[in-house]
Parts: sequence; structure tokens; C-alpha cells
Amino acid sequence: MSTTSTPVRRPESGSESAGTERVSAFAGLTRVMLLGFVRDRGALFFVLLMPLMFLLMFGALFKNTGAPHVKVAEVGQVRVLDSVQGDGRAELEKVLTISRADDEKSALEKLRKGDLDGVLSEGADGTVNLRYSATDQVKAGSVQGIVNSLVQDANQAASGKAPVFTLVPSQVEDESLKPIQYLTPGLLGWAIATGAVYGASFTLVSWRKKRVLRRLRLAPVSPGTVVGARVAVSLAIALAQTAIFLAVATTPFFGLKLTGNWWLVVPLVLCATIAFMSIGLVTGAAAKSEEAANGINQMIILPMSFLGGAFIPLDGAPGWLTTVSHFLPLRYLVTSAQAVLSRGGGVMDVLPSMGGLLAFSAVMCAIAWRFFNWDDA
Amino acid sequence: MTEAISADGIRKRYGDVQAVDGVSLSVATGEFYGILGPNGAGKTTTLEILEGIREPDEGRVELLGLAPWPRNTALLPRIGVQFQASAFFVKLTARETIRTFASFYGIGPKRADAMLERVGLTDSAGVLTDKMSGGQAQRLSIACALVHDPELVFLDEPTPGLDPQARRNLWDLLRDINAEGRTVVLTTHYLDEAEVLCDRVSVMDHGKVLKTGTPAALVREIDDTVRVGVESGQLTAARARELFAAAGAEITGLEDDGATLSLSTRLPAPVLSVLAEQNALRGLEVRGATLEDVFLQLTGREYRA
Repeated sequence: MSTTSTPVRRPESGSESAGTERVSAFAGLTRVMLLGFVRDRGALFFVLLMPLMFLLMFGALFKNTGAPHVKVAEVGQVRVLDSVQGDGRAELEKVLTISRADDEKSALEKLRKGDLDGVLSEGADGTVNLRYSATDQVKAGSVQGIVNSLVQDANQAASGKAPVFTLVPSQVEDESLKPIQYLTPGLLGWAIATGAVYGASFTLVSWRKKRVLRRLRLAPVSPGTVVGARVAVSLAIALAQTAIFLAVATTPFFGLKLTGNWWLVVPLVLCATIAFMSIGLVTGAAAKSEEAANGINQMIILPMSFLGGAFIPLDGAPGWLTTVSHFLPLRYLVTSAQAVLSRGGGVMDVLPSMGGLLAFSAVMCAIAWRFFNWDDA
Repeated sequence: MTEAISADGIRKRYGDVQAVDGVSLSVATGEFYGILGPNGAGKTTTLEILEGIREPDEGRVELLGLAPWPRNTALLPRIGVQFQASAFFVKLTARETIRTFASFYGIGPKRADAMLERVGLTDSAGVLTDKMSGGQAQRLSIACALVHDPELVFLDEPTPGLDPQARRNLWDLLRDINAEGRTVVLTTHYLDEAEVLCDRVSVMDHGKVLKTGTPAALVREIDDTVRVGVESGQLTAARARELFAAAGAEITGLEDDGATLSLSTRLPAPVLSVLAEQNALRGLEVRGATLEDVFLQLTGREYRA
């Protein structure tokens, strides 16, 4: 039964250097994790599609809240309005939607209901009557300002003299956040947190449960190679998320304008991904099953996203919430990304955050190391 | 012969349970070695200590002259361990799985594919591992353990839940692996498997090795009882007892389950002549002891398959 007639061939790998093996193992593991991610429709949905859908939804919803636009009805003929033609007319219609109404009574009814912001009619002696509703103070102010300037322009033109004074308005850098400016970094941060936390924790739980970890332990693969492959894959996924998000947000429809050192978001995202992965390592080491890991991860990611300013800007948040947010890695990603993406921030806006994120990761990794187990047994 | 494995006095305790209680064994290079025992006998823990996955509380282990604990990366490429069939990466096909395992040893895809062909999985290479049948998954699992051409192979229960044909195919594969000069260590629930495959077996219970030897020697040593069976209805059990006593034929057990009248004896000749005189030989079966009897005698319990 036992024969030794055929000598056992030594593995060819024996002659190769350990370096080649490491590269080969790293490539093999990276491929496994990428394929596992790409073939998992659920993961793709939660990490990429759902955050994008949120961006589309909120982005479209809040799109016009910034620019005041008022609707007026013109009853009969109003010369100050009708005299504006050509380029001036196009410019006017950007801020004013003008409709014609034959019946003043029904136009006023619409004004009361809020369907209109003003009703214009011309009385005797060139009187221009403007009725407006004071329900919306901003619109009430806008409609008065616009109509007033129209009347002034018409008077000035009627005088036949060149204007003595000319107003030259110019806008300074707008310090208040536009929706797309906080939605993009916020939802991107949420997406990256989801991807990185789940990537690390599910790999750990499922490999331990399926005894793949034990298999790796019995192969000449160093723990550094395994961890390195996981980190590389998660970083690649995070960068892909960033690229897709920025591509979508900078389309004319959403109108995000990248300014200055926006590329600083790349090192920032890398550091944040490592921080989120370290959270996943802890939950993956502590959880016994994928279901448990899923629950724990959501219990961390969702509150962190709300309190860390991923969904709502922290600018007007109460003091206690700001304090809490300082302990959440997502906050550092979101606020620093806001600063560099579109508000002209520089290196000093991201460096402290990056340092903090890496320090956070070190603490989490130390905790994960305490809980870590090769086997369930 | 040189030793592939030598273990001396290994012990392992989990809380109150002494899982392994002083196991010593030695496996020669090229040998096919089986570890038998009921559930909870300590087989798996023993195997894990030999493989270097667990540290023994006491005792010394050497594989191919090297200590497996702590993790020894010089030793790992020389040993192959087969796991339960479900221990694969998720969402990968059979080909991707074995290529990944090959990559850990710096082995290219060509050799990995050749191993897949060797276990007869070339046609299912593109199937996701969680969609494979039990037999296919087992063969893939064994292929993954062999892809780096190890000298020493550990197989933990390789054939549960396989149909008879698949089992026999797997046995052929395992015999071939051994015939190439590899040392194979097998734990199994199936005694017929051990009898067919193993050069030597150790019977374990309560964390101890009860007996070690070739299957044939173990059978001879423990029992020379012969089991005899004939079709029921030719002779009642009570009448048979009387006749055997009168003829001086010693029997150790007699039972009629309605289909077969079966008995066991150390002296089959007088028993058979009584049955022949009574013309009660229809459906006659005579069978010597098997490993199953060895097992029963050593552990005092039925082997639960």
C-alpha cells in the first residue's frame, strides 16, 4: 500500500524568493476581495448606488432654494414691464416669471393662495400698482425691489438724460453653504464609511466563520499581506466612490464648482478610509456572525452620519452635538472635504484632520487586536 | 524509515474537558495513517495540534523534523491541510479558488488548473463554489490542499455525505496521492474507509490512543469471533440454542430479527454442521471480525457514522 517509488517533487516555489511569493499572494488576495465586492450586488448597492440616489434626490430637491425667484401676474397692460425687451427681457425673466391675467379678482385670489408673489396693474397717470403678500418676507422684498428698479429705470429712460449714478454690484465669496456643497462631502463620507466599515468587518467575520482564516494561517502568507490586500482594496473602492461622486456633483445640473486645492480630498479620503476600516476591524473581531456584524455596523454608521454632519450641516447645530461630533471620524472627513472641495481650503484644513483620523485608527486597531480570534472555537 | 510525524505525550485541556490526554504517535514517511474515534474522542484537536493550529498544553510535536508551533513559515509549504468543503472564499468559482490558493505559494495558474483537472473538476471550473455539489466541493477542497505539492497531507473527514460512487472516486484519488510518496494522515467516521485506505490506524477515545496497528492486525488481535447468519423461519432461536448446546457448539450471541437468524461464535465448525443437519443453510452468511468490532470492543460503544 505504501510506496515511495515516486519521489515527491519539491514545490517549484521553493526556489523562488519569498518576495515573489508575497507579491503573488498579495495579488491573489486583492483579486479575491475585489471579485467578492463586485459580485456582491447588495454591497454594490449600499456602497455606491444608494448614496448616489440620495445625492440625486436631495440635490434635485434643494437645488433652487438658494436663488429667489418670484412670480407675478400682469393685469391689463403695464408699460414698465412691456417696455423691457430683448436681452433685458431675458435677464428680467431669470428672476421674475411674468404671466398675464385678464381678471384682477382671480389674480388676487391666486396671490392670497401663494400661487403668485405679486400682481401688477397700471393705473391712471402712470401709477404702477403692485400688490404682494407678506407671507414670505424674502419674496415680498424681492418683488418690491425688482418692480421698483424697473420703475426707476423707466423714469430715468423717460428723462432722456444719461444716468448720473450707476450701481456696479459684485459678489464676494459666498460664505454660506449651498446644498450641493455640503451634500457632496456629506453623502460621500457616508458612502465611504459604509464601504470601509463593512469591507473590513465582513471579510473578518465571514473568513473566520468559513475557516478561511485558518486556511490562510496554514499557508505561508504573512498577516501583513492579508491586511495590506484588504486595505488596498478598500482604498481603491473609496477612491472610486470619490471619483464617481465628484463626477456627478460637478455636472451642470448639480453645479458643484471644485476650487483651488480640491485634490487634497484624495489623501483625506485615504486616511478616513483607514479610520473607518479600523472600526470594521473592531466590529468584525467582536461579532460572531455576519448578521450580528451588520447590526453593529449600522448602529455605528447611521448615528455617526447624522451626528457627524453627513446628512445635515453642522453649522447651525447646538453646542452638545458639535462636541459629540468631535469624537466621530466622519466629522473630520466631512468638514475638511467641505473646506477643500469648494470653499478654497488648503493643506492646513486637512492635515490636522488626517492626523486625527490616523490616531483614531491606531487606537481602534489596538482594540481589535485584543478581540481578535482566528477561530470561532 | 524516517518519521514524517512524531508526537510525544501531547495534552490539551479546554476548561473542564481534557480533550487530548497524553497522545503519542509516530507516522512514517509515505505512510497512510488513520485516526479513528467516536465524536468527542479528541481526534480533531489532536489533528489541529499536529498541524500547528493549536498549541498543546504539554508534549512535543515534530513534522518533517520541524516544530509546527509557533507558526513556522518554512514548514507550511511542505504540508497540505484539507478543510471542510465550505471553507472557501465567497463568490469565487472553482478555478478562481484554486488559483488563489496557488498564489499563496507563488504557484502560477497553469499548475492550479492542472490540479483541478486531476480531481476531475475541469468541466465545473467556472461554477461558483457555493453552487457545487458535495462531492465536487470535497474534491476542490482536496485539490486546494494539494496544489503546492506538499510532502505531508492532512485530511479531516474527507467523505461525509458523498454517494458511494463519489466516495470510491475519492478513495482512488487519495490512494494515488499516497502512492506518489506523500504521507497522508486521515481522520474518518467511516471504518470501511480506514480499512480500505490506511496502512495503520490509531483508535482514540477520551483523548487517548487506545490501540495502534494495521487494520488486519487489530482485527486479528482483538477478536476471532465469526458471525454467522441464515434466513429466518428455518429454525427458531430457542430450538437453535438447544441444538447448539447438545452438539457442544459454543455461541456468544444469538438473535432473530425476523429476517435473519444471526449468531456469533469462536468455533464455527460445529455451528455450521448443526445448521447443515437441520437443513437450515438458506441465505447463509459467514463473516469474520471487522474494524467495527475492534472499535466496539475498544471503546465499548457503537461507531456513530
